[in-house]
Amino acid sequence: MAEARRAERADGGLRPLPGGAETGAPELDRLIHERVRLGIVSALAVNASLTFNELKDMLSLTDGNLSVHARKLEDGGYLQCSKTFEGRVPRTEFRLTDAGRRALEAYLNHMEAIIQAVRDR
Amino acid sequence: MHHPCTMAEIIPFRRPPDDEAPPLELHERAMDNLQFIRRTMERAGSFTAVSGWGQVVIGVTGALAAWLASRQGSALNWLATWAVAAVVSMGVGVVTTAMKARAIGEPIRSGPGRKFVLSLAPPLMAGAVLTAVLFHAGQQALLPGMWLLLYGAGIVTAGTNSVRVVPVMGFSLMAVGVAALLAPAGWGDAFMAAGFGGLHVVFGTLIARRYGG
Repeated sequence: MAEARRAERADGGLRPLPGGAETGAPELDRLIHERVRLGIVSALAVNASLTFNELKDMLSLTDGNLSVHARKLEDGGYLQCSKTFEGRVPRTEFRLTDAGRRALEAYLNHMEAIIQAVRDR
Repeated sequence: MHHPCTMAEIIPFRRPPDDEAPPLELHERAMDNLQFIRRTMERAGSFTAVSGWGQVVIGVTGALAAWLASRQGSALNWLATWAVAAVVSMGVGVVTTAMKARAIGEPIRSGPGRKFVLSLAPPLMAGAVLTAVLFHAGQQALLPGMWLLLYGAGIVTAGTNSVRVVPVMGFSLMAVGVAALLAPAGWGDAFMAAGFGGLHVVFGTLIARRYGG
């Protein structure tokens, strides 16, 4: 595994994330592994911030589904959530924290290591 | 009786421990996860909606306009030629971007698409105002450099959340703009041909080749 991790990254068109962790995650990060949450983190990785509605449309989620998963990510410290009012309409905005960005980078490394390990077999 | 001192061979249910590679199923899931992340990033990033081929068409329009503009007798006709080119280019940009967005199933009016337009619009509006002011003051020789500089600035800001090639194109446009401002007055159309024409064709081709259309 270590060898695989050291092996060159199969880029696959993904842009490198700034401030990413160098070490791959030995344990699968369950918080980020879940599909909806992985979608939220991926979408936020390429946007400085996204509103609740933008994320909902982008990932085709329901209100309830998005709030449950966003809350879990927020609790885990991967997401920062700010609530403001635009006139009388509440506006929820999400952004990725440094920890969240590192977690995604580690997850990407982990997935690539798995793929590399099978290729080397 | 003589017993051979060997034990029964143990046949493990699991793979032997020296085979550390994960099972194929895990590998497929990892591939699927990476593809999902990539798709999500592409849809969420402002970049992918920009049509590379659209940029190429805009570049050709720009080169054609530069040639036409340089043949105009009066300053007003020269400005009119570029104004028509600007409107045509904007139309081409909007239509080709909408076509690409539809093809990849991405909403164009929300999120990144909206941010892209909102970041691009202010420098373009400033450019329109300055065009009127400078032209009125008889300073039309400064216009090409100013257009390239402000349009480039708009592309840089609009492309901030994007793959690097977009802001790089913006900075290149700005550099050509600065060169145009420093160069002798009569070179404006040539700089527009190189900047608005050439750079759009080059970067448009790059975008189309690398990012699907």
